[in-house]
Amino acid sequence: MSQSRLLSVLVENKPGVLNRVASAVRRRGFNIDSLSVGPTDDASVSRMTITVQVGRQQAEQATKQLAKLIDVITIDDVTGQRVVAHELLLIRMHAPHSSRRDVLDIVDIFRGRVVDIAVESVIVEVTGSTEKVDNFIELMRPFGIKEVARSGAVALVRGDDARLRLLDFELPSGEPEIHPVSGDDDEAVDTTGNV
Amino acid sequence: MIQARPDTEAEEPAAAKRPLTGAEIVFECLLAEGVSTIFGYPGGANLPLYQHLPSYPQLHHVLVRHEQGGAHAADGYARSRRGAVGVVFATSGPGALNMVTGLATAYADSVPVVAITGQVAITAVGTDAFQESDVIGSTMSVTKHSYLVTRIEDIAPTIREAFHVARSGRPGPVLIDLPKDLQQATMEFEPATEPVRLRSFPEPPRPDGMKLRRIAQLISEARRPVMLIGRGVIISGAETEVMELAHRAHIPTGWTLLGTGAFPVRDPLALQMVGFMGAGFTNRAVCDADLLILIGMRCDDRVTTRLDSFAPRVEHIVHIDIDPAEIGKNVVPHVSLVADAKTALGALLPLVEPKREHEWLTTIDQWREEHPIRFVHRNGLLQPQEVLIEMYRRCQDEAIVLADVGLNQIWAALWFDYRKPGRFLNSGGTGTMGYAFPASMGAKLSNPDKTVFCISGEGGFVMNMQEMATMVEQNIDVNVLILNNASLGMVRQFQDEFYGGIRSAVDLSFTPDFVKLGEAFGMKAMTTDRAADVGPMLDEALAHHGPVLMNFDIDRDANVYPIVPLGKGMLDFVEAS
Repeated sequence: MSQSRLLSVLVENKPGVLNRVASAVRRRGFNIDSLSVGPTDDASVSRMTITVQVGRQQAEQATKQLAKLIDVITIDDVTGQRVVAHELLLIRMHAPHSSRRDVLDIVDIFRGRVVDIAVESVIVEVTGSTEKVDNFIELMRPFGIKEVARSGAVALVRGDDARLRLLDFELPSGEPEIHPVSGDDDEAVDTTGNV
Repeated sequence: MIQARPDTEAEEPAAAKRPLTGAEIVFECLLAEGVSTIFGYPGGANLPLYQHLPSYPQLHHVLVRHEQGGAHAADGYARSRRGAVGVVFATSGPGALNMVTGLATAYADSVPVVAITGQVAITAVGTDAFQESDVIGSTMSVTKHSYLVTRIEDIAPTIREAFHVARSGRPGPVLIDLPKDLQQATMEFEPATEPVRLRSFPEPPRPDGMKLRRIAQLISEARRPVMLIGRGVIISGAETEVMELAHRAHIPTGWTLLGTGAFPVRDPLALQMVGFMGAGFTNRAVCDADLLILIGMRCDDRVTTRLDSFAPRVEHIVHIDIDPAEIGKNVVPHVSLVADAKTALGALLPLVEPKREHEWLTTIDQWREEHPIRFVHRNGLLQPQEVLIEMYRRCQDEAIVLADVGLNQIWAALWFDYRKPGRFLNSGGTGTMGYAFPASMGAKLSNPDKTVFCISGEGGFVMNMQEMATMVEQNIDVNVLILNNASLGMVRQFQDEFYGGIRSAVDLSFTPDFVKLGEAFGMKAMTTDRAADVGPMLDEALAHHGPVLMNFDIDRDANVYPIVPLGKGMLDFVEAS
């Protein structure tokens, strides 16, 4: 069954990497819901956060295919893990004097911020989970949405032992740095397979 | 690691350093990688490379007559000899784009090739300049990796990294797009000494001991084990280990099209090719097996046929492959091992108890008798198998055999007949018609001491026949066998059997007179349609030093059997009648 899966990927910060990653996902026939990319504390490394609507086995295949790319340093399917996954929403609302107070009340409840204000409209910034942003947009709809821009999710795993790290050459190399959604030594046969 | 120090402490006198051009740096780096042969075609954007090429007489440049031929030749060069990497040059735009099919062929079959394409000057990249095309974009999905070099300082590290990527792990083609102005720029060049390390590209892991013990246990418990091997076994050089495992636990062993040659066909434990056009007894063995050991293979649709018909009685599937993405892609294993085949089997062998299941082997031998690989003599017409049997007789378990794509390919695979592991090259993944002939030229240059036979249909041969000029110019001693049925045979068979019997666009009666054609290019050429002539013709070809073109007018209605009708399952194979 298809569901939204969250992939966190560390990639080389080089030209063309976004193209390669996007192509590898497209090549397997998967649609990218959102993809955000930005620098990390290491200038040579960027982090991509990808959300795709796929089944578990497809996600595993996509993850493994991405892990094969030379420019992909590590990849983790963090769906269902303890993660902080937030996105940024900018929304321009129709907000004339008559309805502005009502709009701003909801913005407050969502801990949003007004970042621009004009005579007939406001631009509001909201951050949080995709679900929270979806809910906020639903509540804004009756007031008249003029424009929406969403960043797509960025995510980090919670806790001290963050799962994504750069491979250390000096360590004896273990299994490649892939964390597929299921262990590949499952004795139980996957029902999506043929056996 | 401690290394012996040289006796003399004296430092080498520092050679007077002169700046090298980017083009010279390319050649220095190729020599450092052990390259001795380059297939290539010059053009505007790689002229600086060709300007400096004559200064490197130790590099043998083969001027191919089409860039696709060059890419296939580099593939054949690498595929025919373990450890070799094929190198091919092309210019920008059309030159590079002509290689796409050749790169895709190498990619699908995991062949290490390094392609160096000229690109317009870095200042002109992106301006739609003359003969500019987006080569990186066009080849991204058919290469393991690709590089656009943007600074002269990056040329040497890029070439080193490209060779490392091409040959490590699951091998594959790598493309380097090298702008013309960087080939002409100069810098002081210091050969690198550090090994290449890529943080995203770890060494294959050591096989996990727990899993190895589990696999050994499954082997000892199995009552109906079958092993299937693919090209990964050949790449890794694990033929001996596969034989040892098969014999220690008496495991019948079959192979994929690309695994053909890895296991001796005459071995009592040898099954045959599996799958869509595999032997009936192999498919029956797979479908009845309780343990299936898959090594170095992808389980593609030509192997499994309809996926739900593949190995229905199996209790455990073990899959060993170096590429984690192949594990569970099509067939979901119970135990998997991401590892190099030779390493994995080397570690597994000591854990495997010798054993024998008489009943299972007897059953398989029965099936072997019920479903022999056979052909039918018809109307006194020359059968392709008669040609192949005569050819394999002359291979002495040594010759390198290439097959093109289509009926000729499957016939050649099914009749491959060595008593020890041998080399059978064909485009198994992409099924590229026109592969065999240019690849055979690479194979011969890579293995000058070995006899090379190139089998092709007349359709595939003409797709890259321009390479006859290269063959003759270089006097490359390849024996070409055209199995000529005056049609696109496999398509014709599919139309006859699966597409309503309507023959459409498969008639090749208008192919040229191959004797005249070969002679026009300067090749020795012969033709026959009689079985009695086949042996003497082959002997004459083998006695001749230089390329020989042999045309065999075979039975136009000869088909491949067994075959699983499209959409049917593994046991629905149709046999020769």
